Amino acid sequence: MEIALAKEDIAFAEKLRSLFTTEIPAEIRAKGQRGEPLSKADFLTSQRILNAHALAVPHWPVEWGGQDWTPVQRHLWAEELALAHVPPPLAFNAAMVGPVIATFGSEELKQRFLPKTANLDIWWCQGFSEPNAGSDLASLKSTAVRDGDEYVVNGQKTWTTLAQYADWIFALVRTDPAAKKQQGISFLLIDMATPGVTVRPIHLIDGGYEVNEVFLDNVRVPADQLVGEENRGWDYAKFLLGNERTANAGTGVIKTRIIRLKQIAAETIANGRPVLDDPLFRARLTRLEVETTALEMSVMRVLANESKHPGKPDPVSSVLKLRGSELQQEATELLMDVVGPAALAYRESPDLPDGFSAMPNGAIDAMPRYFNWRKASIYAGSNEVQRTIIAKAILKF
Amino acid sequence: MDFDLTEEQRLLADTVKGLLDKRYDANARLALLDSELGWSRELWKQYAELGLLGLAVDEQYGGAGMGPAELAIVMESFGRALVLEPFLSTVVLGGSLVAEAGTAEQKQELLPKVAAGELLLAFACTEPGSRWSFTELVTTAKQDGERWTLNGEKIAVLGGDSADVLVVTARTDDGIGLFLVDAADVIRASYAMQDGLRGADILLTDAPATLLGTSTDALAVIDAVVDRATAALCAEAVGAMGRMLTMTVDYLKTRVQFGQPIAVFQALQFRSADMYVSLEQARSMTLLARLALSGDDPAERQRLVQAAKIQIDLAGKHISQEAIQLHGGIGMTMEYPVGHYAKRVTVIAKTFADTDTLLAAVGSGEGLVHA
Repeated sequence: MEIALAKEDIAFAEKLRSLFTTEIPAEIRAKGQRGEPLSKADFLTSQRILNAHALAVPHWPVEWGGQDWTPVQRHLWAEELALAHVPPPLAFNAAMVGPVIATFGSEELKQRFLPKTANLDIWWCQGFSEPNAGSDLASLKSTAVRDGDEYVVNGQKTWTTLAQYADWIFALVRTDPAAKKQQGISFLLIDMATPGVTVRPIHLIDGGYEVNEVFLDNVRVPADQLVGEENRGWDYAKFLLGNERTANAGTGVIKTRIIRLKQIAAETIANGRPVLDDPLFRARLTRLEVETTALEMSVMRVLANESKHPGKPDPVSSVLKLRGSELQQEATELLMDVVGPAALAYRESPDLPDGFSAMPNGAIDAMPRYFNWRKASIYAGSNEVQRTIIAKAILKF
Repeated sequence: MDFDLTEEQRLLADTVKGLLDKRYDANARLALLDSELGWSRELWKQYAELGLLGLAVDEQYGGAGMGPAELAIVMESFGRALVLEPFLSTVVLGGSLVAEAGTAEQKQELLPKVAAGELLLAFACTEPGSRWSFTELVTTAKQDGERWTLNGEKIAVLGGDSADVLVVTARTDDGIGLFLVDAADVIRASYAMQDGLRGADILLTDAPATLLGTSTDALAVIDAVVDRATAALCAEAVGAMGRMLTMTVDYLKTRVQFGQPIAVFQALQFRSADMYVSLEQARSMTLLARLALSGDDPAERQRLVQAAKIQIDLAGKHISQEAIQLHGGIGMTMEYPVGHYAKRVTVIAKTFADTDTLLAAVGSGEGLVHA
């Protein structure tokens, strides 16, 4: 997208690229390139190196480790991270709870949590969804009842990503059962080691383990771990979900996947020629590339608007998550098609007994990734919710 | 990075919109469609007075010397109103070909007349057997001293019915050349195209011609001008698609069935939301095409403009099909405007190249997304 960028922005991106590719260990980035799962240690190493270069939480306030960057620079940072296969700073820390504490938390909470959150010394998970509160998040039922200097929390959270690694959870809990739906909710920080917190794995159709149920059973939480004011939690959650609107497009992820699948398609021979040269495949691929370029240009429009009119809502941003998730999914579909029969075996390791051919790139992850990425049109406001937003807010139905 | 209109651009947009709002309501347009000429010479004069016909013509030739951004603004407005006048053929294609390829004398002779609205041009580049190629031509040009003679047949020449001078592609010893041919020296079979715009098939039988410029290999100029025209078509299509979406949403809110406006049905709301997504993606690519026109590398320029056209074609098909469907029967009628918009974007998708041809072109080499 250089054509839409200023020279300084291109130079800025190049500087980041060279830093990411020299400072982040090659073996970690190679995992990303090969589509292998990342370990907890990989995330820790990557985020701590980034934090040492003041690049883990650039969108935070400067006094807490942020950078005074333009919207375009923030976008390029995310884009270059993806293109260099760097494990991104943990979203729950960097994009979610960090900005909420920095904006609404007390000075004491900031000092206690922000440095450790930036450095991933605390691994956060997100306690929002409940079994009966998905798209309709405000119908959540977990309660927190004040008892002296503590809240007593009861309820169940679900779809809690990487809770198995988490030290702390930021949770939406109902503190005023009498208030109307959105108004009785508070934003509470809970130590996962507190008695009464139980994590149960949820196994997904791709064979992987990334989400959990979290049970909260008479969990006693010190009242000073409330962020901001009691019963204002919904506002903080909305602030959190509205952050970094352009990140939802995932253009860096889509481009990374396209580059990889083109490389594999160039190496994979079918009917005597590389799959990449098959006109039918090529037409599908090109269509995806065109749509991705359009999405990237839509991101540029939103960024240009944000730079010029900060804080002004931009209807185009609602397109980004909807179309971005669909294109991310299409890229996983194309990779699965490129790898072909080699993708059929479910395997966790690329090692085979002596005498067998080496497994081709993509054999292990193509099909699991395809199944896994069905999530993209469900999470962060399902695509049906996005269509409803467009219909109501833009088309005024 | 600032994509907002400048003050001058906003003024231009408002001026064009003001004129078209006044003069281009659905009934006035239907009357023009039925007229013998198919468009309005009186409006053409007004476009000239507003400077639209000399928009992209250098100031030394009586124009305003403006760029792709201003052209896109005019084309989007024209798309919203579904303008019938031969602007694309005369100004964007003919005028640009003369400006890019012509000698100083040719530019001095032709461009001020284009800007003043006194000369109509058309670009004759398609043949019965050429499909979407600009080089697979049968038409030949033979030289005899300073004079040239053209023989061949051209089809689907936009604005070819009323053009005074035709810019014709023909095979030369060196490649494909561009030639100026007086319309009086050819045989024309004129018609209305599927979208109501006028055109003609043209027979060239020993037609006297003048070489445009000095080179008999004009492919680079043809590519550049077709890219400029393609970007202009993208903008026109965005105007037309935006109008189709607005009309559809308005219709859903007023059409009552089962005792309520059908806008309450989620199935229809979601389909409208998807139309909006298609429209904005198309708008983004139209902006990219416009930026690409100012680039230095012709291959990159062409790749991005063609990519934009793919997006426009896909969005045009989606939005026009849904616009008719969500209107129901009324969308099928000549008296209701939405079908006319659908016809225009369908013809745009088949102008210069079709989607498959563009996919093949954009997908060759390293493609759009690469390391």
